[in-house]
Amino acid sequence: MNLQQLHQLQPFLWSLPCKPGEKRAEVLLYGSAPLLASMDDKVLVQIANVASLPGLVGAAMTMPDAHWGYGFPIGGVAAFDAEQGGVISAGGVGFDISCGIRCLRSNLNLQDTASLLPKLADKLFQAIPAGVGKEGNLKLNPEQLDAVLQGGAQWAVRQGYGHAVDLEYVEEHGCVSGAKPDNVSDLAKNRQRGEMGTLGSGNHYLEVQVVERIYDNKAALAFGLHEGQIIVSIHCGSRGLGHQIGTDYLVLLAKAASHLGILLPDRELACAPIKSPEGQQYIGAMNAAINCALANRQILTHLTRATFAEVYSHAELETLFDVSHNTCKTETHVIDGKPRLLHVHRKGATRAFSPGHALLPERYRAAGQPVIIGGSMGTGSYILAGASENPAFASASHGAGRAMSRRQALTRWHGHALINELAQQGILIRTCSMRGVAEEAPGAYKDVDLVAEVTEQAGLARRVAFLRPKVCVKG
Amino acid sequence: MSRLSSHYFEHDADIGIIGRGTTVEQAFEAAAQAVFAIITHLDTVQPTTVITIEFEETDLDFALVTWLNQLLGKAREQGMVFSRFHVQHFGSKWHAEALGEKWRAGLEQGTEVKGATLTMLSVKQIGPEWEARCIVDV
Repeated sequence: MNLQQLHQLQPFLWSLPCKPGEKRAEVLLYGSAPLLASMDDKVLVQIANVASLPGLVGAAMTMPDAHWGYGFPIGGVAAFDAEQGGVISAGGVGFDISCGIRCLRSNLNLQDTASLLPKLADKLFQAIPAGVGKEGNLKLNPEQLDAVLQGGAQWAVRQGYGHAVDLEYVEEHGCVSGAKPDNVSDLAKNRQRGEMGTLGSGNHYLEVQVVERIYDNKAALAFGLHEGQIIVSIHCGSRGLGHQIGTDYLVLLAKAASHLGILLPDRELACAPIKSPEGQQYIGAMNAAINCALANRQILTHLTRATFAEVYSHAELETLFDVSHNTCKTETHVIDGKPRLLHVHRKGATRAFSPGHALLPERYRAAGQPVIIGGSMGTGSYILAGASENPAFASASHGAGRAMSRRQALTRWHGHALINELAQQGILIRTCSMRGVAEEAPGAYKDVDLVAEVTEQAGLARRVAFLRPKVCVKG
Repeated sequence: MSRLSSHYFEHDADIGIIGRGTTVEQAFEAAAQAVFAIITHLDTVQPTTVITIEFEETDLDFALVTWLNQLLGKAREQGMVFSRFHVQHFGSKWHAEALGEKWRAGLEQGTEVKGATLTMLSVKQIGPEWEARCIVDV
């Protein structure tokens, strides 16, 4: 990206001026000069398109890890007001609705567990269905699946997957309201029947990590983190059901846009006014997919606990937090001194409520919302806390962001060689897809340290802990 | 004479697929091969089971996305992977068959394709050849 086309407003905040004749809202980009310079120019095109959608409140924004997506850029944030003709965009949520990370803290330390990590890796690989074509053991009939879509992680806990206390640390207590299973196609439901409790493929993973560094002792204490501690992060989403809902509504809303009076600058931004029948139909289906994702991560949490217990008899895994990063959530934000109910799209962006937010669990209220920036399997991940006065509708980065395409990565790395290389660094990879490993090579991602540092410098979230991967189950 | 070929183009996070052929139907078949070659090695898939896909669509761009997404949906619904494709098109009516088999040990597990997007989507004739392309989300 050529930075000369931007105005630098603050050290880590930039704007994109309108071209002559261009009619759109403001575009703001959070990031440092090196991170922005590494982004594709299409990020600017995509976020400028978002800024032209009706009913946008404030600016369309990108996070420091932004990269070229489809419709919205990955790392895009945009809030819309239904009362001002604001829209809900299927392209602003994406195919993997409510993809996110469940983070578990353990009572184990690396020094006590190291010798059995290979055994743990093997058992996790057996227990966690991962990769394309893999199904889970749980097969749901139509009534049960509808109950999942209504109940989310709360449904899973009622079925014996995990503990009620988990739900305190899951967004919306594990169940978003407004889910409409009737708005979900039969094909979407059929795709999900064998996919509950599965990890998926691509950039999804289950990692066993060690807390290598604490940045913020007070927040770390609140989050129950200390150096040397074993952590588990589970990254996945709403599986086939969410993918099919994304597919179904993308085409439906793209076709409906013209008769709804919306001029789409990019068909992938397929959207409808929040108050329109089409908009409400999508919101009901999207919320069903969010509940599906929350249930999926709850089931995987249960499978992970059971596996840890087989290897370490005294292991306890508590839910630290569960955050989604492909969603549209209805939230109240103060705009010009007045509270307004907004539909906040975060596509590849994490919610990051500031300290004191009423929706945070009491344990974290003083520290701020746990924010997880997932890095590559060879580098590490960060846990952050929502910053005071977050200026981006309480949003922050969600990952390292890709530095090169999957095709480029395939030409540079080979799965087996990469697995051996990582093993020499003490990182155990278990996978059924050598192609997937090569595509996800650590070198194919941006510098996660820089993304986390800039996220903090931009005032979006504060670094709390750095996690180094020890075991990674890849789909 | 059939000149069906599959290709890819670059995208930061996902994958751009291209299908080319002497007819629009062949371009759609080649696009499907490009998608399923991301998922597994097509040469190892036994085309023992046939599934049928039918839909109506007047817009060629939307027809490509509908075709690919119905294939992906059926594959996941049936627990299958496809390697051969036959597409017919009469006006707005599309009739297609996909041949493949259930997932089994021995099939390479590549990368899951979540869906075909409307981004960089186009179906057009370039000289004597038809080309169908879009970004697929992985």
